[in-house]
Amino acid sequence: MSHRILIVDDEPNIVISLEYLMKKEGFQVAVATDGETALQLAAEFIPDLVLLDVMMPKKSGFEVCQALRAVPALMATKIIMLTAKGRETEVTKGLALGADVYITKPFSTKDLVLQIKSLLA
Amino acid sequence: MKARFRFILAASVLGLLMTGPFALIGLLLFADAKDAERAAFAQFLLPRLPVGGVITLLALVAGVLLLRGLFQQYVRGLSRMAETLRLMLGANRNFRVAPEGPSEVRELARAANDLAQQRDELLNDVEAQIRTAKATVEEEKNRLAALMSELALGVVVCNLDGRILLYNSRARLQFKALAQGPTSMSGGALIGLGRSIFSILERGQITHSLENIQQRLRRGSAEPTANFITSTRGGQLLRCQMAPVLRTGAILAKSEDNPPDPLSGKGGDEAGSQAVPAQGVSAATMLGAELQVTGYVLTIENITRNFEREAERDQALQSLTDGNRAALANIRAAVETLIGSPEMEVDYRERFTGVIAEEASAMSQRLETTMSRFADSLKTRWPLEDVLAIDIVAVAARRIQDRLNLPIKNEDQDATLWMRVDSFALIQAITFLASRLQDDYAIRELRLRLAAEGTMVFVDLIWSGTPVSSETLYAWELEPMNVGAETSPLTLRDVVDRHGGEIWYQRDKAAHNAFFRIVLPAAVTHDVPATDQTQHLHSASRPEYYDFDLFAARDAEGSGIDLDRRLTDLAYSVFDTETTGLQPSNGDEIIQLGAVRIVNNRLLRQEIFDQLVDPMIPLNPEAIQIHGITEAMVNGQPRLDVVLPAFHEFCAETVLVAHNASFDMRFLQLKEDGLGVRFTQPVLDTLLLSAVIHPNQESHRLESIAERLGINVIGRHTALGDAYVTGEVFLKMIPLLADMGILTLRQALDAAQKTWFARVKY
Repeated sequence: MSHRILIVDDEPNIVISLEYLMKKEGFQVAVATDGETALQLAAEFIPDLVLLDVMMPKKSGFEVCQALRAVPALMATKIIMLTAKGRETEVTKGLALGADVYITKPFSTKDLVLQIKSLLA
Repeated sequence: MKARFRFILAASVLGLLMTGPFALIGLLLFADAKDAERAAFAQFLLPRLPVGGVITLLALVAGVLLLRGLFQQYVRGLSRMAETLRLMLGANRNFRVAPEGPSEVRELARAANDLAQQRDELLNDVEAQIRTAKATVEEEKNRLAALMSELALGVVVCNLDGRILLYNSRARLQFKALAQGPTSMSGGALIGLGRSIFSILERGQITHSLENIQQRLRRGSAEPTANFITSTRGGQLLRCQMAPVLRTGAILAKSEDNPPDPLSGKGGDEAGSQAVPAQGVSAATMLGAELQVTGYVLTIENITRNFEREAERDQALQSLTDGNRAALANIRAAVETLIGSPEMEVDYRERFTGVIAEEASAMSQRLETTMSRFADSLKTRWPLEDVLAIDIVAVAARRIQDRLNLPIKNEDQDATLWMRVDSFALIQAITFLASRLQDDYAIRELRLRLAAEGTMVFVDLIWSGTPVSSETLYAWELEPMNVGAETSPLTLRDVVDRHGGEIWYQRDKAAHNAFFRIVLPAAVTHDVPATDQTQHLHSASRPEYYDFDLFAARDAEGSGIDLDRRLTDLAYSVFDTETTGLQPSNGDEIIQLGAVRIVNNRLLRQEIFDQLVDPMIPLNPEAIQIHGITEAMVNGQPRLDVVLPAFHEFCAETVLVAHNASFDMRFLQLKEDGLGVRFTQPVLDTLLLSAVIHPNQESHRLESIAERLGINVIGRHTALGDAYVTGEVFLKMIPLLADMGILTLRQALDAAQKTWFARVKY
């Protein structure tokens, strides 16, 4: 059974690449373009892994991350935060709030895929 | 009297001595003789008695005369000499005793004269030494003042009460720029000798820093200084460094009843003369001597602009990095997906390339915006300073004339332009260009022009004759700038780049000349005025920016003015007003306010208040004749409702002094209620004080008094000019009042009031 991946990002220009890549790797993919939708979708979709952008309207990635970690059904879900904020303090914050991996933009897609695979292994 | 009495006594004794023995012998013989012998004796003696009496009397007279002569010479002569010696001792040092009388007395007089001579020589020697020492001190003070005024940092020295003892002109300018409201009129009203630093900086901050310094001193720190950054009322940021001023040689026993407590200001009573800056004292601290802080030096730098620039640069950096991360991520992901998926369908491929194109162009745009927005802050990495463009050109011109012997002419130089440059490198560049033109093109004269456009300053080097090609300039740009024996590692291009500037060659065919144009950044919003008017006005005299005698000064209890303080110890604001007329109650208004401060018996010509006021009513043509202030001068000036509060602040904690003060005070007091300020301080009137000092003089007009006291009157009938004269008059009056026993402010006020009543009676 293929893994489920939830992509949360408000920028269509990155979503298109991420979605294409994930599908190409054979994952089941869902996309949310803001934090609230992401939480609703996660509850139904029960993803194995979430690719989460930090800077989003309504709810920031940090908030979403914290909320996801509070849902018992999503205990096993891995979270990778993708962000344009590269400061050390923000990396620490993301990891402290429950992210498994924190990746700053821009990133290598090859590395991202490897990272996802190792998390899901 | 006493001498005469003694003389009479001596004469009587002489008389007794001359007659007594005869009478005694006669009496004894008479008592011893028989009756017959007695009769014979009487018969023999009585007829001869008159002769004997006369002879005795004559002898007595001769004796008295002799006695008198001796008395005159020795007793009277000596008392007279004593008087003249007293005179010599006191009133007239040059007086000498005339040797007269007997030789012993003459010898005494000569000895006294010799002593006086010796004393005079000693005194003269001491005086000469004092003069030399004073001159040295004065010279050092002047040197200090000159040094201080040249410093680019603001320096303020305070005693422990926070009273300002010294400040330099940069500090004055900085604080002037800080002042809120219309204080440009007050010429640095906030800062002044004897004023409190706490009106500018927060008391808590200063106290805290002083505590830190104490702590460090106790630990024997080599650098007992404290730094802090503080923001002022106007939102400006000041970086301050505080260094203690210590009293040397003051080793304080721990067991003393009153341990030194620098924060309360106790125990620093006689600090003045021995106060020294803190440098090099740590050794003494190591030796166990507890050093007493008597005050502190503050170096103050306004870092608001640096800070803003820093913040801007930070923001630019931020928008260049984080702002582009997302876009770059989008592009990279898209590109990598495209590369990794050769089998991708065409419409998908098109969407991916669309993303790349869109993000790439957005990025370029963002870059462009950032660059233009932060251009200024990004190019100022070199230590560029704000300078007056004309100064740089003048220095360059002198250098070219000296080094190259090439005549320089000035052409259309805008004297108001400021630019932000590395002045040394720029002067090198100009000199280099001149030398190349002279060497390769044999120009005979170079003209220098200054112009501006937007935020750019143009420095043009113009010559007539041989045109140069642009290629030549390109070549020169890349050469090291060597002029004669002077070499530089920099090229012209380096210098231009350093300023974010440009350089090009241009020909002006109409004018038959050619020029190089160097474009440099203009200095934005210059807060330090090109000329400080008041400073230049009095540049002949040493600036009165310091008064170390205030080290010893202690604040009286409370902030009010202590009426029992001596007149010499008080701070005064001497002021004068010009008005539209003589009747404030009939609507006459103030049109000019001028004031100058007196602190520690000195007229501080730099600490002035000088402001025209728009009276909002037409001026009286006759009055214009007197004060020379015209409608055009007062139009657009601030109104009294802004000027009076500023003036009130200027006068805070000082005694007011004016000539015919009741006139000026009536004008001020009529406005007090409406403007919410109140002049509650004591007021001294030089007119009344003059009447106290010279009750028999007819005129107490300011001119007459000034003439009487030997003061040159210049610039009368401006408020400030009259305030100066009044101030000088007042300073001359203080010792004259002291001669009359009027020493304190209370005594002066009382005396003035008495004459006032006396005058009113007439």
